[in-house]
Amino acid sequence: MTQTLEAATLTRDAVSDDTCFARFTNVQKSYDGVELVVKDFNLDIRKGEFVTLLGPSGSGKTTCLMMMAGFETPTHGEILLKGNPISGLPPHKRGIGMVFQNYALFPHMTVAENLAFPLEVRHLSKEEVKQKVQRALAMVRLEDFGDRRPAQLSGGQQQRVALARALVFEPELVLMDEPLGALDKNLREEMQYEIKRIHASLGVTMIYVTHDQTEALTMSDRIAVFNDGVVQQLAAPDALYEEPENAFVAYFIGENNRLQGEVVERVGDVCSVRLDSGDVVRAKPVAVGGVGSRTTLSLRPERVSIIRDGSALPDNCFTAKVQEVIYLGDHLRTRLSVCGNDEFIIKTPNAEGHGVLRPGQEIEIGWSSADCRALDA
Amino acid sequence: MSESPTAPLTTADGVPLKTSLRRAVRRSKLKAFLLVSPLLLFLVIAFVMPIFDMLWRSVDNPEVSSTLPRTVSALEGWDRESLPGEPAFAALVEDLRDGQAARNLGLLSSRLNYEKSGMRSAISRTGRRARNLEPPYREALIELNETWGELDTWKLIQREASPYTLSYYLAAVDRQLTPDGEIVKVPEHLEIHATLFWRTFWMSGVITLMTLLLGYPIAFLLANLPLRYSNLLMILVLLPFWTSLLVRTTTWIAILQSQGVLNDMMVAIGVIADEARWQMIHNKLGTIIAMTHILLPFMILPLYSVMKTIPPSYMRAARSLGGRPFLSFRRVYFPLTIPGIAAGGILVFILSIGYYITPALVGGQSGRFITNYIAYHMQTSLNWGLAAAIASILLFVVIVFYMVFNRLIGVDKVKLG
Repeated sequence: MTQTLEAATLTRDAVSDDTCFARFTNVQKSYDGVELVVKDFNLDIRKGEFVTLLGPSGSGKTTCLMMMAGFETPTHGEILLKGNPISGLPPHKRGIGMVFQNYALFPHMTVAENLAFPLEVRHLSKEEVKQKVQRALAMVRLEDFGDRRPAQLSGGQQQRVALARALVFEPELVLMDEPLGALDKNLREEMQYEIKRIHASLGVTMIYVTHDQTEALTMSDRIAVFNDGVVQQLAAPDALYEEPENAFVAYFIGENNRLQGEVVERVGDVCSVRLDSGDVVRAKPVAVGGVGSRTTLSLRPERVSIIRDGSALPDNCFTAKVQEVIYLGDHLRTRLSVCGNDEFIIKTPNAEGHGVLRPGQEIEIGWSSADCRALDA
Repeated sequence: MSESPTAPLTTADGVPLKTSLRRAVRRSKLKAFLLVSPLLLFLVIAFVMPIFDMLWRSVDNPEVSSTLPRTVSALEGWDRESLPGEPAFAALVEDLRDGQAARNLGLLSSRLNYEKSGMRSAISRTGRRARNLEPPYREALIELNETWGELDTWKLIQREASPYTLSYYLAAVDRQLTPDGEIVKVPEHLEIHATLFWRTFWMSGVITLMTLLLGYPIAFLLANLPLRYSNLLMILVLLPFWTSLLVRTTTWIAILQSQGVLNDMMVAIGVIADEARWQMIHNKLGTIIAMTHILLPFMILPLYSVMKTIPPSYMRAARSLGGRPFLSFRRVYFPLTIPGIAAGGILVFILSIGYYITPALVGGQSGRFITNYIAYHMQTSLNWGLAAAIASILLFVVIVFYMVFNRLIGVDKVKLG
């Protein structure tokens, strides 16, 4: 429902704006004729944009990428590249660069030969090939590694070579299938910035698939959150985090507290929800029906504050019991029991003036109804 | 290395680390050895010892020196220009008398007959009459059988007095020694082994190539189909192993013979006339068809095991980088399967040059392998020395192929399953 709405606005944008570069329209995919892996996928990608397909494994995001690359054919719908349908085009004629999950560097060729491959099949002259390979190696800062075999490189270096190989023939669109999945955390972060830098400097369009939400949030211009073959929400990273449109997105992006209840009153921008514990919470209605419908309230832990004497009272105030305090260096993560929910998390910065909470202690907490989003059940 | 070489590492109580480690693993080493010892014993008795026995037989030459010891010593210092003197003849008569009494002139006569025709009858006839011969023996022997008056006979006895001989190896490659010790080709009508060696090698090459051409696509399917289909396919590939080799070979006879299934079908649908049935068995074609079929799994399995380790993303990467399907295959997939091709090729080739039963059954005259002649010399002509020499040459060729393979590909890169 939401994604069709989104698609509609996008289509309108695209018609008015000829920078629309790649487009999925009503794409469906089924492998066995029984189940749809991708259900009605619509996405418009502007030139130079960095779009991430984010979702848990099996949500259909990689299938969409493979359809774009030409390794899978859509069961229904059309994929357009620069306005031309490409369903009938074999992969080698699409001119799309691709970085694979395990890099897929050819093990029997040296790094330079790997990079030369896409140029040689395009019949470039020897001199040109050499030049471009050297330039691509310089771009990923591996100038001196041309004679090595992929197996002699570290994971991060292999990743850079794979990136360089996907870019060396100057494609306008580059697809990346969980390219950083095999790297450890530090290297992953470093490579995120590296990819971002290259994207910014070359201005290529990138479609990036990942299941790592941090990666998606750091790198993307827009993120399409996939679940169950459907785009749950397509938005910029901040909008996705701040304004999730349904319970899945709220749950999948970042940490959030979930409170189940029933709408008892709805006036303008505020609705009242009676939780299963009997407490009534005021929230912002985002994706709920009228009075009597079930809803999931989503509340980010950092938006909950501890109320001390003298501080202003927000429109939701409850008494909570501290269950557990976890020290995380820059902040403290505290698990509370509130409104019948034992898994209620709040985050407080480890700053001066914050008293230490102890398990068993009773405190007053509160949050603004604007931060508490009432989503689908 | 940070530790100084003068102070070896020790355990906490001062025992050198190496000694301590050796002590710790001795038990498990012993256990491992005990576990393999029955097989080891079996291999030594049934495999290693026969091989050395074979190698020994191919050069062993005891007949002359053990049966004619007096003659041999009487010939010492002989000038080889004219017939030896009376003492040598007398020694021969004495040796033959002893040999006749001990009934061991048979081996000697066949041994010398390999080198010079007519020796068999000369020795057996002289042996029978040796008791009644009177001196001077020289005239008596030459009168009895003129072979003893030939210079070559005596040169032969002197040459073969050596306990080792190369003549079996020479015979195995259609060469022989002249009485004066030169190596020459045997007369053309007696040439047989070189042709057979050559045929064995080129036909094995053809069979290897056929198994590769037929096996490569199957191995590719096996490695790339979804599991449930590939399991079924794997069962089909392994099915031949559950059927007796003899059954598989004779099935080809039933299919390919001139009154066989294939010819009957071809006649029935009018492709060939009844009187012009194809001759597909008991010749080279029959051997190649049947052996290709029988050895196919030995090509498919190594290929499959290599292909299974090649992720499909390599081909996808090559395609996405702009490589047309065939070019991507040639430059990316194919080079990665070379270890499998080499492993399958060497396996099929080596099995093929040593194959016996299938060429024996379907090869007829023209499709026979060198192994069939080894069997012939073992069972019919009873020239075990020659059989051993041919077999040793085969063994040597196999070892050479293996070493070349090891140098080019590396045996450790090959997985068989």
